[in-house]
Amino acid sequence: MPEAAIPTTSAVLKLPHPLPLDGGQSLDGVDMAYEAYGTLAADKGNAILICHALTGDHHVASPHPITGKPGWWERMVGPGLPIDTDRFFVICANVLGSCLGSTGPASPAPDGRPWGMRFPVITIRDMVRAQVALLDALGIDRLHAVVGGSMGGMQALSLAANFPARTAAALVIASTARHSAQNIAFHEVGRQAIMADPQWRGGDYNGHGKGPEKGLAVARMAAHITYLSEEGMHEKFGRKLQDRAEKTFGFDADFQVESYLRYQGLSFTDRFDANSYLYITRAMDYFDLAEEHGGQLANAFAHSSARFCLVSFDTDWLYPTAESRRIVHALTAAGAPVSFVELSAPFGHDSFLLDVPALDRVIAGFLNQ
Amino acid sequence: MTASLRPDLALIAANVAPGSRVLDIGCGDGALLAALRDERGCDARGMEIDPANVAQCVARGLSVIQGDANADLAFYPDQAFDYAILSQTLQTTMRPDRVLEELLRIGRRAFVSFPNFAHWRVRASLFLGGRMPVTRLLPVAWYETPNIHHVTVDDFRALVAERGIRVEQAWFLRGDKRTTPAAANLRAEHAVFLLSR
Repeated sequence: MPEAAIPTTSAVLKLPHPLPLDGGQSLDGVDMAYEAYGTLAADKGNAILICHALTGDHHVASPHPITGKPGWWERMVGPGLPIDTDRFFVICANVLGSCLGSTGPASPAPDGRPWGMRFPVITIRDMVRAQVALLDALGIDRLHAVVGGSMGGMQALSLAANFPARTAAALVIASTARHSAQNIAFHEVGRQAIMADPQWRGGDYNGHGKGPEKGLAVARMAAHITYLSEEGMHEKFGRKLQDRAEKTFGFDADFQVESYLRYQGLSFTDRFDANSYLYITRAMDYFDLAEEHGGQLANAFAHSSARFCLVSFDTDWLYPTAESRRIVHALTAAGAPVSFVELSAPFGHDSFLLDVPALDRVIAGFLNQ
Repeated sequence: MTASLRPDLALIAANVAPGSRVLDIGCGDGALLAALRDERGCDARGMEIDPANVAQCVARGLSVIQGDANADLAFYPDQAFDYAILSQTLQTTMRPDRVLEELLRIGRRAFVSFPNFAHWRVRASLFLGGRMPVTRLLPVAWYETPNIHHVTVDDFRALVAERGIRVEQAWFLRGDKRTTPAAANLRAEHAVFLLSR
């Protein structure tokens, strides 16, 4: 077993300049919580930015401060691992709009009270602007690579498209260049569950108990289904009953899959803010990289000189292979050097977080160029 | 490295201009791409249908996309490459004629290699044995071979002539060795053509 990675930095950096937003507003004094691993080379050419997914955080390879669980990509980031902290200076920041250290709707507004629903609606590109502002503050002009899965992949694409001088490579895993109607629909179910919870109180729940826990739990349950494959769920749960021999002819969690989803929903409320969930899902729904570039996805990459690598999974029905292929075709048309592979893995969308040895080899090979 | 390449690939590698931009369609495990990158300083990219091969290529640092020559060549811009390479793949495509046209749209030149179905062993197998040939270059039985459009050297020459495609050079192989162009349709197991418009 490789030794665990230990962050060389775990800090909150206050951005020195106001952050302009796609919605027309700007945010002053944005906090960016981040971790860094490894050593920045003298020429600052060995930096890799990892962008996390919807409910992820900057604890990419260090234990989560609330849950105590290992970092979300501990199996990928560390000494001798595919994203090798002996070689690379690895940065991961909590995204703008989140609730785990960076500025979001739970942060205090200038009047001292939490922003709540007064927080401006943000986009994936706004998140990327904040990441780039962090890189500015760290003195990193050009990344060796930007890496992300799912929403992290959207940020990686957005960074390569909108800040082409800032990265030499982009690795985009289980992601998409736009949210589909189905993607938006699942998110809307989640948002409506939160907003239908009386404890949500129009987003102004701070100081009123624990907030819309039930709604947030239901949102997480619905989303969690989209992260798994039907085959994986069938294998894990089938129709097995939970701690009982017979159906109860009631509405308790008779089935293991019900019990599992309820647990996933409830434990999520311990670590995530309901308003952050609203804002971040909105940002993902608004994401359409082609729309930002005159309706032609290939135009998004017209000024990029980066190398790209896209990876999809055959059981991912949230961002299926066709979405990655669309991006690959656009990059091909733009003349960009691009690699693409659809890997076989049973875990659905979540495959990028789990044990898929071929993914490790692809990531290591792409980053070591 | 070139020495360890399959003979038709070694021939192609030796005839690609250094520093050129190359697309290898059906690049397999990336052996030719790696040789072109490492020894000829090429901007070498690939397309491959088998995901395990693609993963291996990317793991060795090559730019390779998982794709199908029948459908995915359409996304490349005109004249994006100095060379498009199609080695031992033409006979597996749905419409070899259309793939050839695509190669010369994407690339200024194209290398195409294929097993010659008119080699005397193949003829003998069919003529004397009355059975579809299974030979060193065509090792798979008729019902499971990916080679759905068998082609001979003369068939290929006729097709390129009909399409106004220029043959810049041609090489013929028997086993690992070069053989003369004389009676190539009978004597060559394998042909490599360099084409242009």
